[in-house]
Amino acid sequence: MANKILVFLEQRNGQIKKASFEAAKVGADMASSLNGEVEAVVIGNEVAKTERVGNYGISKVTHLKNSELGFYSPSAYKELLNNFISENGFDIFLTANTSLGKDLAPRVSVGLDTSPVMDCVAFNYENGLTATRPVYAGKALLDIKVTSDNKVFTIRPNVFSPGKPGSESANVTVTEVSPTNFGTKVIEEKKAGDKLDVAEANIIVSGGRGWKAAENFSTVEELAGLLGAAVGASRAVVDAGWRPHSEQVGQTGKTVSPNLYIALAISGAIQHLAGMRSSKFIVAVNKDKDAPIFQVADYGIIGDVFEVVPAMIEEIKKAG
Amino acid sequence: MKIAVCTNHVPDTATKVMIGEDGKTIEPKDVTYVVNPYDEYAIEEALKTKEQFGDDSSVVAISLGTDANKESIKKALAMGVDSGVLLKDESQRDSLSVAKALAEEIKAQDTKLVFFGKQSVDYDNGAVGQMTAEILGYNCVTVAVDFKLDGDKITAEREIEGGTEIVETSLPCIITAQKGLNEPRYASLKGIMQAKRKTIEEKDAVSADNTTEVLQMKKPAAKAPGKIVGEGPEAVPELIRLLKEEAKVI
Repeated sequence: MANKILVFLEQRNGQIKKASFEAAKVGADMASSLNGEVEAVVIGNEVAKTERVGNYGISKVTHLKNSELGFYSPSAYKELLNNFISENGFDIFLTANTSLGKDLAPRVSVGLDTSPVMDCVAFNYENGLTATRPVYAGKALLDIKVTSDNKVFTIRPNVFSPGKPGSESANVTVTEVSPTNFGTKVIEEKKAGDKLDVAEANIIVSGGRGWKAAENFSTVEELAGLLGAAVGASRAVVDAGWRPHSEQVGQTGKTVSPNLYIALAISGAIQHLAGMRSSKFIVAVNKDKDAPIFQVADYGIIGDVFEVVPAMIEEIKKAG
Repeated sequence: MKIAVCTNHVPDTATKVMIGEDGKTIEPKDVTYVVNPYDEYAIEEALKTKEQFGDDSSVVAISLGTDANKESIKKALAMGVDSGVLLKDESQRDSLSVAKALAEEIKAQDTKLVFFGKQSVDYDNGAVGQMTAEILGYNCVTVAVDFKLDGDKITAEREIEGGTEIVETSLPCIITAQKGLNEPRYASLKGIMQAKRKTIEEKDAVSADNTTEVLQMKKPAAKAPGKIVGEGPEAVPELIRLLKEEAKVI
């Protein structure tokens, strides 16, 4: 096996995503552990600062450029990547497990006749290459070995630290390409306001049914705003129609691992805990001292959110 | 128009996961199995599309797994799906192996529009829909929260970080359903009665090798018990201090 690794860098609006630099670092570490080689590829029209991937241990980047690729096209991306991989003899493909990476990696896998290992949270190189990924929304983990020569992994964002960036610039080759398959094509991106997404936020302030009504979430939003945090919600709250599904954290929502997760009036149903227990720090505020959320919380306050949360807002404002 | 929907039979999300004797799968004892939650949105969208096209349309539910999967097919039939196919298989398959078997059946059914749930809530790989499409050479939109079919032309909306993408594509196509795509109907009593007369065809799933091997299943590291900072608003200054000085996260 050649252990020739290709890291896919995702760009939106010409900017490379943070999670892609984490994937780049994983790729660089994997190459040194397996005595392999690593390169990166980015697809799009104009892409800024591609050479920055050099800071994370990758010295060669190819930019596959086409003016029609301003937005994502699953079919064109898949065509370009499968061609690029076979022309250059890559046998390991890595990408961040973002909404785009989740869509794309399985498609690329079919061209490589391998099953993708999605959402990896750890790699081990002691007995060949094994990947660890959560299943049942994090209630359990699987150690997986890929038995085919070709291998595809997606990397969970916010788990692998990209480390301190170095000061190396990668060598960027821009290649004009003309994909033929635009069978599936994004024609427009719609932003849901200027809100941060729970999947990308460093801090999440999440509310549960204890808030009693949709309008009371203004307090949750105020605290989130002060902390630069995304607003999250429990399933009960989403099912009640108080908050959009895009904010739901848990087994039928998003699995998140921010630096700080603040659970306000969330009792901690097993499917919710599964989705947020890998957060680095967890704060819980709940009236019920026996609420399961306290079993995973680093810091807890027993109390009524209608009293405690305004006090938190005051205290943070005071501290500036 | 013939529409297919692929359904999976999975542990309910309230399940407390215990590791089974083989050390590689969960202990199935005391586990309640249900139709995969995201597949309910797929079933609903298939039924809505059938209604859009009228009486000469039909929906077939396809499920790969053991006899137990018939329960999920029956649920689909009770919701209004016309017939079911169980692709019998006792083994643990990875995503590629499942996709190959489903692709074979979709080809046999000769259907150009197929709905999946965006992922199964057991293995969470979220890959089978796209992979089945690629094997068949179909178009595919994943994580759909909106779907419109006009002749052969499809406009769908898929969820991304902080918003959605509008996607244009055409038949033949696979759509994977996200929560929010629709509001799944409940099976009516009449539907449940009618389901009893509908057929579930059983056949062996075509074999396809796995390219991944599960070495072990393990529980995530237990978290050290945290501390209760205090009760009520009086505890807030200490909490904020801890977050700033000890955890250094704000």
